[in-house]
Amino acid sequence: MKKYRILIAKPGLDGHDRGAKVVAHALRDAGFEVIYTGLRQTPEQIVKTAIQEDVDLIGLSILSGAHLQLSKKVIELMKKEGIANIPVFVGGIIPPDDVPRLLEIGVTRVFGPGTPLSKIVQEVREVLEGVTSTSGS
Amino acid sequence: MDHKEIAKLITLLENEPDRARDILKKLPKRICPVIGFTGSPGVGKSTLIDQVIARLRSAGKTVAVVAVDPSSPFSQGAFLGDRVRMKKHFLDEGVFIRSMASRGALGGLNESIYDVVELLEAVGFDYVLIETVGVGQAEVEVRYVADVVALVLSPGFGDEMQLLKAGVMEIADIYVVNKSDLEGNDSLYDQLIGFLTFAGRDALNVVKTSALNGSGIEELVDRIITLWKNFAETEKLKQLRKERLRHHTETLARRTLQKYLSAVDSEDPYEGVELALKFMCERLKYGQGGGT
Ligand code: B12
Ligand SMILES: Nc1nc2c(ncn2[C@@H]2O[C@H](COP(=O)(O)OP(=O)(O)OP(=O)(O)O)[C@@H](O)[C@H]2O)c(=O)[nH]1
Ligand SMILES: [Mg+2]
Repeated sequence: MKKYRILIAKPGLDGHDRGAKVVAHALRDAGFEVIYTGLRQTPEQIVKTAIQEDVDLIGLSILSGAHLQLSKKVIELMKKEGIANIPVFVGGIIPPDDVPRLLEIGVTRVFGPGTPLSKIVQEVREVLEGVTSTSGS
Repeated sequence: MDHKEIAKLITLLENEPDRARDILKKLPKRICPVIGFTGSPGVGKSTLIDQVIARLRSAGKTVAVVAVDPSSPFSQGAFLGDRVRMKKHFLDEGVFIRSMASRGALGGLNESIYDVVELLEAVGFDYVLIETVGVGQAEVEVRYVADVVALVLSPGFGDEMQLLKAGVMEIADIYVVNKSDLEGNDSLYDQLIGFLTFAGRDALNVVKTSALNGSGIEELVDRIITLWKNFAETEKLKQLRKERLRHHTETLARRTLQKYLSAVDSEDPYEGVELALKFMCERLKYGQGGGT
């Protein structure tokens, strides 16, 4: 039986881990196996973890303002390691103007502050299981 | 085999256990020390393993870790957080860490643990370390999977009453009194020594550690290695591996029968079992899709 494994990681130096934990918890309650790596991970550490844990989705939580550089670095390394097929979700303090830039870099979906957890869970399902939302966007 | 390939195989073993036989058949049989760490939630198992990895790495050994955390019986989801304590080894090519959810297994591990350990031994690691979920008193499966079992304790564990109870207290080869930097640890240590002496067990294998400041780790690793070597030189290791095989077989049998049982519909439990066994005998052929 296929069980989806999701990595929730916090790249960079900021100590805001509440969002990451809340999202990890919501995904756990939605039946996913969530691997949590804790604060202050380098993109290298995150990509190595994704490989060893063979995850189906990578979630990055970034509230430091460095989301563009960090996401870019993670995705570059993923390409180098041959795991760029894994979808990447980014959440945190992301100014709306940066969303298209993140998508361009190769991020799959972006979530700002106040996103309902049910929306996050639903979009994870959409991406992993190909289940499309019924409520429209 | 690189980390990516190993990781993918573990996923297969976990999700499609019927293919395990085919996967493992292609690999050489190989043995290395398999060390289990068990104990109540929060006693410091992961932090201790982090230190043990560091010690083994400084001796040039490669290490694979399987760390199990519980699956929710309600959502089937899991929060796998043992890795958080092992950050400093994430970039080390000689260390492979895999988090695993218990997926309903009741013994403190995951049903695929036997296959996964066999894989990790086969691909050439020098040591395989297993962390169980935080256990209560009855989860003892690690005894059958690991060659050497370290039971990790820390202050607040209880008193002599807890030491006397059956279950996890009985399965340890080594007792680790962790968090020795904290108050209250000496009395636990003394009680444990007293208890083991009284019970006629080897009180030598009690080690005081602090996974936080590293004290006692060298001694712990030395004890583990010495013990394993002793086992390997005597018949003990052979016995342990035989026992592991037996439990692996039982796990496989249970899983297989369960699958056939869920397909029969009978009012009579005895007849249900008979029918399931009959189907099973007709259909069973592992590794050719027939096991499914
Ligand atoms: C609480 C808080 C703190 C706490 C953090 C506690 C903790 N352990 O997390 C403390 C007090 C320690 C703190 C400190 C600082 N903070 Co502060 N903090 C906040 C605050 C008020 C709320 C953050 C929060 O926890 N929100 C609740 C969670 C649930 O929301 P969230 O993280 O946004 O997550 C949601 C979404 O973003 C998304 N999401 C998040 N991650 C992920 C991941 C995935 C995979 C997905 C799918 C979705 C997702 O889903 C979540 C649910 O909707 C924000 C302001 C704000 N309103 O956001 C500032 C804020 C983040 N902090 C800020 C700053 C500057 C700091 C400090 C540098 C100094 C300061 N001014 O206080 C220090 C630095 C700390 C450090 N070491 O890095 C700035 C960041 C500015 C920026 N990025 O441009 C903010 C935006 C305040 C501001 N307006 O200036 N902070
Ligand atoms: N003071 C002190 N704290 C420790 C020591 N070892 C671990 N800790 C702390 O104890 C807490 C739990 O440590 P873990 O290593 O996660 O414990 P665990 O047994 O793996 O926990 P579970 O996997 O959840 O059962 C953490 O906050 C550690 O920092 C120690 O020797 N001394
Ligand atoms: Mg742990």
